[in-house]
Amino acid sequence: MEGETGTMADTLNVLLWRGAEEGTFVAYRVPRRENQTVLDVVTYVQRHIDPTLSYRFACRVGMCGSCAMTVNGRPRWTCRTHVKKVATDNRIEIAPLRNLKVIKDLSVDMAEFFDKWKRAKGHFHPTATRRDEFAVVKPESAMRRQANAAIECIGCGVCYASCDVVAWNRDYLGPAALNRAWTLVNDVRDGDQRARLMAVAGDAGCHACHSQQSCLEHCPKHLNPTASIAGLKRASLLAFLRGEP
Amino acid sequence: MNGRTRAQTYIWFAQRLSGAVLAVAVIVHLATIVFAVRGGLTAAEIIGRIKGNAIWLVFYVLFVVAVAVHAPIGLRTILNEMTPIPARGIDGVVGLFALLLLWLGLRATFGLYGFGGG
Repeated sequence: MEGETGTMADTLNVLLWRGAEEGTFVAYRVPRRENQTVLDVVTYVQRHIDPTLSYRFACRVGMCGSCAMTVNGRPRWTCRTHVKKVATDNRIEIAPLRNLKVIKDLSVDMAEFFDKWKRAKGHFHPTATRRDEFAVVKPESAMRRQANAAIECIGCGVCYASCDVVAWNRDYLGPAALNRAWTLVNDVRDGDQRARLMAVAGDAGCHACHSQQSCLEHCPKHLNPTASIAGLKRASLLAFLRGEP
Repeated sequence: MNGRTRAQTYIWFAQRLSGAVLAVAVIVHLATIVFAVRGGLTAAEIIGRIKGNAIWLVFYVLFVVAVAVHAPIGLRTILNEMTPIPARGIDGVVGLFALLLLWLGLRATFGLYGFGGG
């Protein structure tokens, strides 16, 4: 529905980014449907108007984090974004995510994004062997709660695209990688804490965050990477004050 | 922690700590200005308040040191993010800026404290 009182138009005016870093918006007309998502619109164009349109999706239900794009200027997961929520004047503009290299049309190269997860040591470093007992982590423990609050990241890159610090400092690890590191800082089983803290507290790590909270504002999973980054700042400061090597 | 991460954490901590000092110092400073203006703003009155007063001397030395720590760190971030100047060059520039702030601030503070005699 258009607004509170208007009736739904038959067609939606869609502007899609075509090209790579250099390119232009191309206009399409797509049949308007009730409960239509932005991903449905892109898929319609690719299947019925121009099969050369490139975009990325997989699960269509908000789990895989593949389909994020810039919709009317804001980064969003397109599979869970309804057209009626974001269309203005029956018009919608869809572009690739900001801060990532455009491969073609709406597909961006996510390599830089995931490389930074690696650089932030965003992977579990096990310490137990198969002969050890299972680690008992109480759900109500403070560390487990902090990990829980940040764990549901789907790696869609929306926070990364929304972050101005990423735009200003190309080396900055970004909200998602630092958020992931924070979940592991709170994992009592992990054996690589010192190296991780070193990885996230460098020139382009947690201390570069301006706490603008754009990541919090845009995260489709309603996570708070800014809070996770603040946790990393505290953890690195504690390590510093304790004089840990 | 290695040298770079240690330095980054130290710089971040120094900015937070100096920011906390400034939060108090700026309020006292502004309140004093308002009070001074209402009581008649003259050079003689300012000198009369600060000259030889150890409490004001300590307050303004702390204030100046906090400014000389806080402002260059903020400037360092801005230059890093907004200009193509290499990091080492920026550290040199903001280091000099810190010394300039410190020198100007302490010169004014001690000048007023010892006015007439020093």
